[in-house]
Amino acid sequence: MKQVFQRPESLTDVQMHYCPGCTHGIIHRLVAEAIDDLGVRESAIGVASVGCSVFAYDYFNCDMQQAAHGRAPAVATGIKRVLPDRIVFTYQGDGDLASIGMAEIVHAAARGENITVVFINNAIYGMTSGQMAPTTLLGQKTTTTPQGRSIEANGYPIRVSELLATLDGAAYIERVSTHDPKHVRQAGRAIKKAFQTQLEGRGFALVEVLSTCSVNWGMTPQEALDWMRDNMVPYYPLGVYKDSARKEEAAHD
Amino acid sequence: MTEIIIAGFGGQGVLVMGQLLANAGMLEGKEVSWYPSYGPEQRGGTCNCSVVISAGEIGSPIVSEPDAVIVMNRPSLDRFEPAVKPGGILVYNTTLVDRAPERSDITAIGIPATAVADELGNSRIANMVALGAFLKASPVVSPESISRSLERVLSQRHHHLIPLNMQALERGRAYQ
Amino acid sequence: MAKVLMKGNEALAEAAIRAGCRAFYGYPITPQNEVPSYMAQNLPERGGVYLQAESEVSAINMVYGAAGCGVRVMTSSSSPGLSLKMEGISYIAAAELPCVIVNVMRCGPGLGGIHPGQGDYFQAVKGGGHGDYRLIVLAPASVQEMADLTFEAFDLADKWRNPVMILADGLLGQMMEPVKFSQKEPLAVEKPWATTGARGRRPNTVNTLDIVPESLERRNYALADKYSRIAQSETRWQEYKTEDADLLLAAYGTSARVARSAVDMARAEGLKVGLIRPISLWPFPSEPFERHHGKEFLVVEMSMGQLVEDVRLAVNGQGTVHFHNRLGGMVPTPREVLVKIKDILLGGEGQ
Ligand SMILES: Cc1ncc(C[n+]2csc(CCOP(=O)(O)OP(=O)(O)O)c2C)c(N)n1
Repeated sequence: MKQVFQRPESLTDVQMHYCPGCTHGIIHRLVAEAIDDLGVRESAIGVASVGCSVFAYDYFNCDMQQAAHGRAPAVATGIKRVLPDRIVFTYQGDGDLASIGMAEIVHAAARGENITVVFINNAIYGMTSGQMAPTTLLGQKTTTTPQGRSIEANGYPIRVSELLATLDGAAYIERVSTHDPKHVRQAGRAIKKAFQTQLEGRGFALVEVLSTCSVNWGMTPQEALDWMRDNMVPYYPLGVYKDSARKEEAAHD
Repeated sequence: MTEIIIAGFGGQGVLVMGQLLANAGMLEGKEVSWYPSYGPEQRGGTCNCSVVISAGEIGSPIVSEPDAVIVMNRPSLDRFEPAVKPGGILVYNTTLVDRAPERSDITAIGIPATAVADELGNSRIANMVALGAFLKASPVVSPESISRSLERVLSQRHHHLIPLNMQALERGRAYQ
Repeated sequence: MAKVLMKGNEALAEAAIRAGCRAFYGYPITPQNEVPSYMAQNLPERGGVYLQAESEVSAINMVYGAAGCGVRVMTSSSSPGLSLKMEGISYIAAAELPCVIVNVMRCGPGLGGIHPGQGDYFQAVKGGGHGDYRLIVLAPASVQEMADLTFEAFDLADKWRNPVMILADGLLGQMMEPVKFSQKEPLAVEKPWATTGARGRRPNTVNTLDIVPESLERRNYALADKYSRIAQSETRWQEYKTEDADLLLAAYGTSARVARSAVDMARAEGLKVGLIRPISLWPFPSEPFERHHGKEFLVVEMSMGQLVEDVRLAVNGQGTVHFHNRLGGMVPTPREVLVKIKDILLGGEGQ
């Protein structure tokens, strides 16, 4: 009999702690599958960030470092520069990457640091129980924007993929979503491509994965998926924002 | 123990003079230290360095009561003339210093260092002329040690200028 | 090898490379800029990595990453930059990663000035970052020690799996003195814990998080135990003319050079004065102070009264502890220390 649901080798059998309906688990799986597919588990070094995914070091079955809040791209840089033939990736939330760690991610991208970044945009701080994130949508209620995020008080949400795509050092940037199986499969392809980019030595690669946080959004898992599709996808359009390989191909034409 | 302060405009080579003295002292088996004024004041404004050459271990490398002062410009004379120890030496660059030293309890040696350097075809070696005048008055290190130190202190691309530098040092030593 | 005349900052950098430092991550700040320049010029051609980070925050976290891979790594900065590194230092200490952190202190607080200071003593020896941790802190007092203690710092870091700080100041960094580099081989230490890719072994993790109190307490006790073993075996100091002294000066780094000259001046006038110079600021050398209980002590520092607290703890009420300091980038002179010495021993006649 064919086994249809097999744990990727790059995931441990540790029981994940994520809330019901949280998409972190599925994204972990996509990352692990990409690592398996490319056969790089034994040369992979992952960097867990601070946020709900802080325990990622327990879930990925490869060497892992746990970084301070926002500093994962710097830690990954430190690793990649001394071990350039290893496959180095970070796994970061939106508070980690786009708020406290904005300088680190921008400069890693600007340097064209040859690392892979998996960026989880759930429009909220999950770990600290539901405060406003830099990606929280206008009008979205959080514990620190009880009336909904307002432009006057909080300004605008940050579109990270668009922002980083302006940097010459960025080789591959794509935004994907996890609101239905079709989009999950696309997310898997994008994550694999982001690792492939590193293997080819093309420079900085980031996949922004739109993700739910049903508990802190105050919704059921299905409501959260729908809300993400109807509210986040329009503000954060899906697609490839940068692909240096494609540009080079184009240049050959 | 000999404590020296060398001062002038940035770009007059006062830090190099100090390094040459310190390096020469080291080659002659003495304890030496060199300490610069550092930071923004280095550029454009005045700059100075302290050099200590000693038979024994050196405490503070900052010289506050110098046995000798070499000044390459007027602001440096104004600042450091009062500091010279009674009986000490003051070498000053008469080309750029428009007044005579006031102290009578020290040996003041005026030398037109910049003018002599210009005669030799390179105003940037005025520092070596002044250093020569100082070494004549106070032979703390030998000219040979200075010559060997030039190889170390000057960057490789300036090594072809070593003979000219030594010529300037000799002009300073010969100046009456 | 013959002696060469070098700046303290350059001697430190050269010694680091000789000690096997293979990665340097830094951010510019006066008065330590010669360290990154030297590294940028020399490290790549000697098999290492140099990278200018976007901030001290990034630099220290790059150090975390490289140290976690088992590579000998260093960062260097001056006072304001160290404040930014404190977060990363706490993580590095918690993860027990060996690395060398250099602080060429300037005067503060705030942006302060660029001239020598010793105001970061507490930050270096009492913590600075959050949580219970210790750095081994070494205080050079000459260009030769900038080299020797830096070399040793790498060995100590590996030996104890602990960050080691070199606490120097602008004077030691900027001054030139003759230095001779030792031909010693760096200590070779196996690092089976390093994250290098889990080829043929179980995955390694470099981590500081532990949310189970029972478990974190065990980790904390293990750290405390390591720190007490370090304290037992790595305390370093130097004594100068202390045997018959009635008054013991205490100073480290630049202040110790000044104090030493003051001791010589006092001895020339027949006063029995000596100097205790802590070389390891943590662990603090209490032993020489305990040996001289009952005498007078004079602490000389370029801060508002930081070293003096550790001296008071070591003297423990068994003697009077006097204090002399300069601030703001001013370096005390031997003569002013002599005045203070006479004040203490001759009751004001020195004035
Ligand atoms: C310096 C610092 N500040 C604050 C925190 C507390 N903190 C932990 S996780 C977090 C937010 C994480 O949010 P995000 O990156 O969006 O990840 P998520 O939890 O949503 O997956 C914060 C503020 C911290 N650990 N360190």
